[in-house]
Amino acid sequence: MPTSFIQPEFKVKIDYDKCHKCGRCVQQCGWGVYSFNERPIPDDSKCRACHRCVTYCPAHCITIEKNTLAYRENDNWSPDARKAVWRQAETGGVLLTSMGNPKPYQRIFDHLVLDACQVTNPSIDPLREPMELRTFLGSKPDSVQVESDGNGGFKLAEGEGMHNNVKLDTPIIFSPMSYGSVSLNVHKSLAMAATRLGTLMNTGEGGLHADLYPYQDNVIVQVASGRFGVNPDYLNRGAAIEIKIGQGAKPGIGGHLPGEKINKEVSGTRMIPQGTDAISPAPHHDIYSIEDLRQLIYALKEASGYKPVGVKIAAVHNVAAIASGIVRAGADYVYLDGFKGGTGAAPQVIRDHIGIPIEIAIAVVDQRLRDEGIRNNASIIAAGSIRSSADVAKAIALGADVVAIGSASLMALGCHLCQSCHTGSCSWGITTQKPELTRRIDPEWGAEQLVNLVHAWSHEVQEILGALGVNAVESLRGSRERLRSIGLDEQTCKILGVKPAGM
Amino acid sequence: MAQTKYKTEPIEGYLHVAPEVRVEGDITVINSNAVYYKELNEVIREVVAGGAKHLRIENVNGQRYIGTGLAGKDVKIEVHGTAGNDMTMFMDGPTIEVFGNAQDGVGNTMNAGRVIVHGDAGDVLGYGMRGGRVYIKGDVGYRVGIHMKAYESLVPIMVVGGKARDFFGEYMAGGMLVLLGMNTQFAEQPLVGSFLGSGMHGGTIYIRGTVESWQCGKEVGIAEANEADMAELTPVLADYCEAQGMDLEEVLAEPFIKLTPFSHRPYGKLYAPM
Repeated sequence: MPTSFIQPEFKVKIDYDKCHKCGRCVQQCGWGVYSFNERPIPDDSKCRACHRCVTYCPAHCITIEKNTLAYRENDNWSPDARKAVWRQAETGGVLLTSMGNPKPYQRIFDHLVLDACQVTNPSIDPLREPMELRTFLGSKPDSVQVESDGNGGFKLAEGEGMHNNVKLDTPIIFSPMSYGSVSLNVHKSLAMAATRLGTLMNTGEGGLHADLYPYQDNVIVQVASGRFGVNPDYLNRGAAIEIKIGQGAKPGIGGHLPGEKINKEVSGTRMIPQGTDAISPAPHHDIYSIEDLRQLIYALKEASGYKPVGVKIAAVHNVAAIASGIVRAGADYVYLDGFKGGTGAAPQVIRDHIGIPIEIAIAVVDQRLRDEGIRNNASIIAAGSIRSSADVAKAIALGADVVAIGSASLMALGCHLCQSCHTGSCSWGITTQKPELTRRIDPEWGAEQLVNLVHAWSHEVQEILGALGVNAVESLRGSRERLRSIGLDEQTCKILGVKPAGM
Repeated sequence: MAQTKYKTEPIEGYLHVAPEVRVEGDITVINSNAVYYKELNEVIREVVAGGAKHLRIENVNGQRYIGTGLAGKDVKIEVHGTAGNDMTMFMDGPTIEVFGNAQDGVGNTMNAGRVIVHGDAGDVLGYGMRGGRVYIKGDVGYRVGIHMKAYESLVPIMVVGGKARDFFGEYMAGGMLVLLGMNTQFAEQPLVGSFLGSGMHGGTIYIRGTVESWQCGKEVGIAEANEADMAELTPVLADYCEAQGMDLEEVLAEPFIKLTPFSHRPYGKLYAPM
């Protein structure tokens, strides 16, 4: 009997004429592909095409190729479908994978184009004129009282204005990723970058490590169903508190951080014993209704001196009604996570087949909250595969206040999207707790990479705003008139509130 | 990113009653009759911050979040009346004694402290509780002790004097849950409902009396409590009896069973990594 029907997905080719025989590939690979016997010898079956060895080979003599001949052609039974069947026949297990949904679903962002000013309305040059990206996260008042300032002008009356909003210098924040799923150095990189950028990182459900306390004013602390690391001290450190109900990559299911990833440091931050599984139940067992959600929102406010409390949900079919309930329950922001959002580990069947696109979710939630007259009561954060500044601008034009980036931020740290986070052996030192791998990321370098990325995107958003002839990002928010669709069906256009190009 | 401190304003359409605070000896007494929960809790936090160590809250009638997020090991609060939902949630140190019943969510995600309820309590008690003790005299509802967890010196303990409904100790990851079935108003009902300890992967449940194996989750092993178990349990029961004014000998007169999980990693073999 063969040991496995599954053939290697990739072929590792080494040009031995060029090879220095230095063994760096052996040392760099987190998957154990290489052995060394006078020269490096690859085991193709272990390769995940993460390109760590390719990047670090001083002789540039390694090539990773797709193993194209492995499967007989069949449009219906794709290689992935066959591989899944064989893997499950071998193990009887639920297939576990990571990162975002890679299936070829329609990408709506790629069918939307932005407007620009020509002749009748002047565009603005963002290089020479102020272009405001400042965004306030939180609930805005229904109205404000103003009074005379005594000099013929007006000022806000005593006690009026925005309370408990978090000021962001750019509408781009980092997505929740827990310490445990990513390494402490990644968390430090994100926290340092968020502080320098005047934006936010998010703890995810793994607690806040003491090394991040200096950056706590730029941290959202998350409360999920496992309540890991949640105590009054944790709640009082964050700039805002987030109740995690769902995640775009795995709507409706909980999370299991395997015992192997619970080392001493992770255990201390989560406040659970080493080596046991960290199990987050699928629901919060104290939230079975919108009324219960309100109860938890106000419990968190009571415990934290009324900090902003947001609620993160996965974008699902009835997302508009759910978001309306969340806002009415008293949330200061609603975080929508689309079905292409990433994960450190999720069952493949859930990741690839559950949820709806973020573009649709933003549009229907924004519209619903406007129709009900409660849009000002909460900000909308959108996430789930924001890949570029164009996606940022389109998401904001569809109705988001802020976008969150997870996969893109990890890519800034070296992630090559090999979808193997759940193995805990990330060669890039990102989604691992192995000390020999985590030390590959220097937080100082990581922070610089992240700052560069967000600065670049922010500049590009300013360029887009200038072309649109507006001088503040809030003038773009929900301005779907500045979007047109190409190649989307009529029904989708209607749901998005976007006209086809030419109209 | 400065936070503005919230101060409760009167709510339109509702009767606004300010809490009366008076000092009797070393006890700070707060009359909470018809007081909105936000204002009551603001006053509690204020007097505790001002150095009060012993509070008595009178006429409590369902106000939520009493003691939520409150810290201070030597603070003692008496609650007279019916405590509302999420009492002592995230609490970190104080002792709260309820002379009456408590509603849902007592000890939710609690870190440290003591809660003594001289009556019944509702659903979802001690959810995600990480430390401290909760002593309920009477019956409790559904989903009690879900996902209790322990960490180093923090070991949560909950003792229920009456009977419990379904999902007692579900997902339990650490600590100790004790069910006595003694002070109950449901004489005809079973000691505990179904799905007892389902998904359990840590901690211990002690029950005075017996349960059927079909009532338990498949992750749970049932055994008679042995001498070592009773040595662990007896000091807890002695403390409970003292707090609730019960007779330890009477509690120990019936044998106990012990429920523990088969594995600390119940789902370790569920997945096939791709």
